[in-house]
Amino acid sequence: MISLAGRDIMHAWGKFVFTGVGLGLLIGITLSMAGIYRGMVDDGKALLDNSGADLWVVQKDTLGPYAEPSSIYDDVWRGIRSIPGVARTANVTYLTMQVRQGERDVRTMVTGVTAGEPGTPGWPPYLVAGRQITRGHYEAVADIASGFKLGDRLQIRRNQYIVVGLTRRMVSSGGDPMVFIPLKDAQEAQFLKDNDAIRQQRRRTTANPAFNRPQVPGLLDAVIASQSINPYVNAVLVQIAAGHDVDEVAASIRRWKRLTVHTRSQMEVILIGKLIATSAKQIAMFLVILSVVSSAIVAFIIYTLTLGKIREIAVLKLIGTKNRTIIGLIMQQSIALGLIGFVVGKITATLLMAPIFPKYVLLEPLDSILGFVAVVVICILASIIAIRAALKVDPAEAIGG
Amino acid sequence: MVGKGIHIEGLKKRYGSGDTAVEALKNVDMEVAPGEVVGLIGPSGSGKSTLLKCLGAVIEPTAGRMILGDEVIYNNGWKVTDLRALRRDKIGFIFQAPYLIPFLDVTDNVALLPMLAGKPNAEARQRARELFKDLDMEHRAKAMPSQLSGGEQQRVAIARGLVNRPPVILADEPTAPLDSERALAVIRILNDMARKFETAIIVVTHDEKIIPTFKRIYNIRDGVTYEEAGEGRDFELKYK
Ligand SMILES: Nc1ncnc2c1ncn2[C@@H]1O[C@H](COP(=O)(O)OP(=O)(O)O)[C@@H](O)[C@H]1O
Ligand SMILES: [Mg+2]
Repeated sequence: MISLAGRDIMHAWGKFVFTGVGLGLLIGITLSMAGIYRGMVDDGKALLDNSGADLWVVQKDTLGPYAEPSSIYDDVWRGIRSIPGVARTANVTYLTMQVRQGERDVRTMVTGVTAGEPGTPGWPPYLVAGRQITRGHYEAVADIASGFKLGDRLQIRRNQYIVVGLTRRMVSSGGDPMVFIPLKDAQEAQFLKDNDAIRQQRRRTTANPAFNRPQVPGLLDAVIASQSINPYVNAVLVQIAAGHDVDEVAASIRRWKRLTVHTRSQMEVILIGKLIATSAKQIAMFLVILSVVSSAIVAFIIYTLTLGKIREIAVLKLIGTKNRTIIGLIMQQSIALGLIGFVVGKITATLLMAPIFPKYVLLEPLDSILGFVAVVVICILASIIAIRAALKVDPAEAIGG
Repeated sequence: MVGKGIHIEGLKKRYGSGDTAVEALKNVDMEVAPGEVVGLIGPSGSGKSTLLKCLGAVIEPTAGRMILGDEVIYNNGWKVTDLRALRRDKIGFIFQAPYLIPFLDVTDNVALLPMLAGKPNAEARQRARELFKDLDMEHRAKAMPSQLSGGEQQRVAIARGLVNRPPVILADEPTAPLDSERALAVIRILNDMARKFETAIIVVTHDEKIIPTFKRIYNIRDGVTYEEAGEGRDFELKYK
């Protein structure tokens, strides 16, 4: 027996390829959407991995520092450091903002890291170029995705920073490239008011009789000094000493410090379950709509192709073709259309779409396999309408009136 | 009693029921011997197509008896269970339009039938090619249907009707779209093939060009058949 479906496709290959390419672009978009979701999850995991922390200590009852604002004093790390099982601690600040470089500005997550040596929690674990921050001020390490280059001067608030090192895949959970600067600078950047505001505040403080008491010399200066420093950080990153249980150490920090402590797995739940949950739903909706549209296209095309063959189907039935053969003819064409679409979709997603998306697109082989299965299932379902039409054809129609 | 060829007696077909019922076939008796080509003529609405559909096992008669080859297929009810296999193995169909499968080449259009009957591809194609020799179509064996003239397409359709060596061929206005020379060529082929393969052939027609060629004609009026002697003109000498 010959493959009727195969012959029909060869005969009308132009129609098949044309429709297959159109379908392929839709499938490519679908695969890219899935890739965007995977990319978001991966960004979140990369953020957690690259922070080098086992525990995140944040303001009480917050989901900080990434999903909610968190603010704690910059000296609580000392107390945490002394808790058994804690190997290293480091203050960290995160501030998402536009960083200017020459004419342009780039949305980045400015991360303040404590002075120390490489391996300190919060520090970028590896560089692709340049060196780590060595001076206490005005040096920056930027992620390559920001487009900044070694030696670039970055404007963060009123200060200039020189890019001394470059990282890769160091992004916020929103996909913004990270720029690392010394903690003190970052605290200042978070807090810094413009000159007018500082003068304003100084004037108000001076005018306030509660602070400006001539009989208490030095009080006014002390108050003003306290108003212009920022003693807060967003979180303390904690590394656990070998042999200690993460949950036990987290429990003792919670008990002694009355702070909220998140473990790595809790952070993952927060980032993936809460922070990107809406985006994930958005993408899921897109996937549903794209699947429906793809099914409708396949169903329509296969139905049209089948209607164009009604007479031949009647003849085939009259000369004794089994229903199974006719169902096979239609279903195989539908699946063939899906296969062309999938191949085109996979190629466009990998070569054309993924590289041009601004955010990280992670095309997982598993998603491709799931996508492939979905395409085949959709094509089989979409051929049902056409199959029903074909089965209804009466062989007597071939004989006519 | 059961011979070869086609044997029909007292065949009736009623469409619908009650007030709207149509007695399309009231009493049909027919006898076609193996190797014989008979004409079936009659005005429009007289029941020709209905008779072909009954014989072709695509609609069920209401009463009567039909014998195809050596098998009683209908006796006040179907006597075969697999009508699809009956059509495939016992009956060749030739239509007014060739209705070739557009995506199969000429050879496979014909070879498809033995393939459907379970024959290996090579054997099925070999059978098709043998017929093309008889039909003078060897040179077009690899063409697609769309590349053929109307007459050539009809010859492929004839080959398709013949390829499974059915004891019976039903042809519905097979010459309608053809000019008189080609129409007569088709009838000549049908006569040759009928003799060669011992096939009983019924040709439904109202084509004046070919009616004189039949030796016997069944005239059907209002669902009743009347046997008539035809001219049986030997057109072969005249047109060959
Ligand atoms: N499916 C049908 N349902 C009801 N009546 C039909 C049907 N097919 C044919 N008829 C009627 O049966 C009669 C014979 O029709 P048909 O066999 O097509 O005649 P012919 O082929 O000789 O023109 C006509 O009166 C026609 O209207
Ligand atoms: Mg008719």
